[in-house]
Amino acid sequence: MRPPTHLACKSFLAAGVLAALLGGRAEAQQLQALPVPPQDWSFRGATGRFDYASVQRGFAVYSQVCASCHSLRQMTYGDLSSLGLDADQLHDIAASQPVPAGTDAAGNVVLRAATPGDHFRLPYANEAAARAANAGALPPDQSRLAGTIQGGPSFIQAYLTGFRDTPSSVTLGPGMHYNIYVPGNAIAMPDVLHDAHVRYTDGTRATTPQMAHDVSNFLAWVAQPHLEERHRLGIRVLVYLTLLLVLVAVLKRRVWASVRI
Amino acid sequence: MADPLTSSTTPAAMTGIPTSRAPASTLPDGYGPRSRWLDRRLPVISLLRREYVVYPTPRNLNYLWNFGALATVALAMLILTGIFLAIAYTPTAAGAFASVEAIDRQVGSGWVIRSTHMAGASMVFAALYVHTFRSLYYGSYKEPREVLWLTGMLLLVMMMVTAFAGYVLPWGQMSYWGASVVSGAISSLPGIGHPLAVWLQGGDTIGDVTLHRYYALHFVLGFLILGAVVLHVVALHVTGSSNPLGIEVKGPQDTLPFHPYYTSKDAIGVVLFLIAFAVLVFYLPGWLTQPDNYIEANPYSTPADITPEWYFAPFYAVLRAVPSQLGGLLLSAGSVLVLFAVPWLDTSPVHSARFRPLYRIAMMLLVVAFLLLLACGLHRPAGIWLALSRIATLYWFLHFLVLLPLLGGIETPLKLPDSIGRPVLPPRQATISTAGAGLPMPDGAMAQRMEND
Ligand code: HEC
Ligand code: HEM
Repeated sequence: MRPPTHLACKSFLAAGVLAALLGGRAEAQQLQALPVPPQDWSFRGATGRFDYASVQRGFAVYSQVCASCHSLRQMTYGDLSSLGLDADQLHDIAASQPVPAGTDAAGNVVLRAATPGDHFRLPYANEAAARAANAGALPPDQSRLAGTIQGGPSFIQAYLTGFRDTPSSVTLGPGMHYNIYVPGNAIAMPDVLHDAHVRYTDGTRATTPQMAHDVSNFLAWVAQPHLEERHRLGIRVLVYLTLLLVLVAVLKRRVWASVRI
Repeated sequence: MADPLTSSTTPAAMTGIPTSRAPASTLPDGYGPRSRWLDRRLPVISLLRREYVVYPTPRNLNYLWNFGALATVALAMLILTGIFLAIAYTPTAAGAFASVEAIDRQVGSGWVIRSTHMAGASMVFAALYVHTFRSLYYGSYKEPREVLWLTGMLLLVMMMVTAFAGYVLPWGQMSYWGASVVSGAISSLPGIGHPLAVWLQGGDTIGDVTLHRYYALHFVLGFLILGAVVLHVVALHVTGSSNPLGIEVKGPQDTLPFHPYYTSKDAIGVVLFLIAFAVLVFYLPGWLTQPDNYIEANPYSTPADITPEWYFAPFYAVLRAVPSQLGGLLLSAGSVLVLFAVPWLDTSPVHSARFRPLYRIAMMLLVVAFLLLLACGLHRPAGIWLALSRIATLYWFLHFLVLLPLLGGIETPLKLPDSIGRPVLPPRQATISTAGAGLPMPDGAMAQRMEND
């Protein structure tokens, strides 16, 4: 027979757990972010490939929209070559970007046209300037964002299309915007994508969902620029090792054939 | 002939090499004059031949005896890729993160080198854990292999320190906060704790100086490990390998020359190991890194949960199993240090768990406890995970401190076979079979041991 204290202890525990669960629920209700719709990205899986047309359009979205607030500090203009851009295109893209080149005799910052070896231009001089321009929030660097943010590229795509008019029941802090996919539904980044906001040169219609998709693809590529090369090299290495395994197994059997264990 | 190399056939007195000492070179017939010439002056050929060709190895080793060689392969990959990483890495708080990004993005083939180095750390630990549990299961640490076991444990500890220092280098969030967890744990030591942490960090906080130190430590330890592996192998070759039966080699019928028997058997293991390695590098790189480590270190933003690399998870689980920080640190360090004492804690004269019914069960539980701790270390220490980590920690110490000393007295071991060769070969064939292998069996190969020289 179990002593009664044991039972009491158990039900007390159960009640506590239940209360904790319910409490968690009630709190989450207010701040709930909608679940991110799953996406079927072409780069998923062992044979994954990037949809380069989309990645290139995504670059257009980045450079015409996101680049004014978000840095891409680990990338050089030359890195874009693996997007399928040729040397002239790279050169033109770089040349259109003024980057700092020291100071002149009077101490003023001098700018020069970037070259493909230069890193992407930073939107702000420093963190303080970035925060001052964005209601105190820091726009995160996007070099690895698709890999580090919860939900990855699918989240980014949903998030960019998740801005809504603030419901009357909700009051947001100053400089905050209503987004159904972020925890707390409030974020310091404004809704930045609007239909036909970006010029696509390949005839694709620049709708908001299309731009969100393209820029998410671009950021996924930025976070793992060698993904395709990695998959391709991997196959070769594995095929080689498998053949080697067969040879080595045959060798071992022959060597050991006459040994009785 | 005018070729000076042929002078190896002339008497030693005429070549000017003193003959007062026993010749180091013991090459049998079949080697050319150039080899003999070199070997007289530097006996590398006869050394390799003695230790890796004719070296008598128990004939019954199973594939678990591959894992020492596998650890060596992983170590070689780590050192090789490490040198190339070092060329492009910047050990400053301001430059480290960007230099690692540059290796991944702009440096030619940098991404493969880095990915291989990261996977190499996981592969070396995977190999070492199997290697260590193999040694525990088969009682490989017992007389006369106690010093061999100690060199192995030394390697394990050195490897842990190296891996920890290496993980700080990319200067991501996990690097920084992982280092701060360790500093915090060290500071909790009474008296010496704080000064020790400050000394390690090179200041009151983790910063530029810390990174410099860890870089030097990481670089130097990598090569010191290589030296310790040499000691380990020398110790191994004094006694020779143990084997799954745990009884010593009694004569030539019990052994096979290392080459080609175990070179071919190791080759299979190595290729399988490289396949697993390649799958990690090329298809599952995400398994090896925490996404948060791609966010640059930020002393003002603590990550939600600081999780260690999987190979530290068991010891991290022990650290967090106890409510006191000092207690956790002592237990965690103790869970590794207790392994050093194993040859003296185990009181049974029987080596292999095959013949120790109770120890065998205890060993299986130990593996379960280790795997449980590993899983616990990767979860928040709450609820079921905390309970499991406590039970597993308890068993870990119970196994080594109580069961190992007691079982020797309680347990009735099964009957040991007379020799390695006998239980499997009819007496008449035992002598034939080694010669019957149809491979050259140089005379004296069977009995020769390093200590004889
Ligand atoms: C007007 C400046 C501005 C522009 C333009 C802008 N962002 Fe942001 N973004 C921000 C700020 C500020 C934050 C940080 C918000 C916060 O932490 O509350 C942010 C945060 C984000 C986040 C992280 C959201 C989260 O849940 O933490 C993502 C993803 C993002 N931006 C993507 C983009 C993309 C893609 C573009 C281009 C299409 C873009 N942003 C354009 C200012 C901007
Ligand atoms: C970098 C680390 C290490 C390397 C490169 C290494 C290498 C080797 C090699 C090549 C062998 C012979 C093959 C084999 O038995 O698997 C061996 C044997 C052995 N190692 Fe290690 N080892 C390492 C770490 C360790 C550790 C951590 C331990 C455990 C404490 C250990 C204990 C032993 C023992 C006891 C043997 C003899 C096994 C027997 O003969 O039964 N080694 N090691």
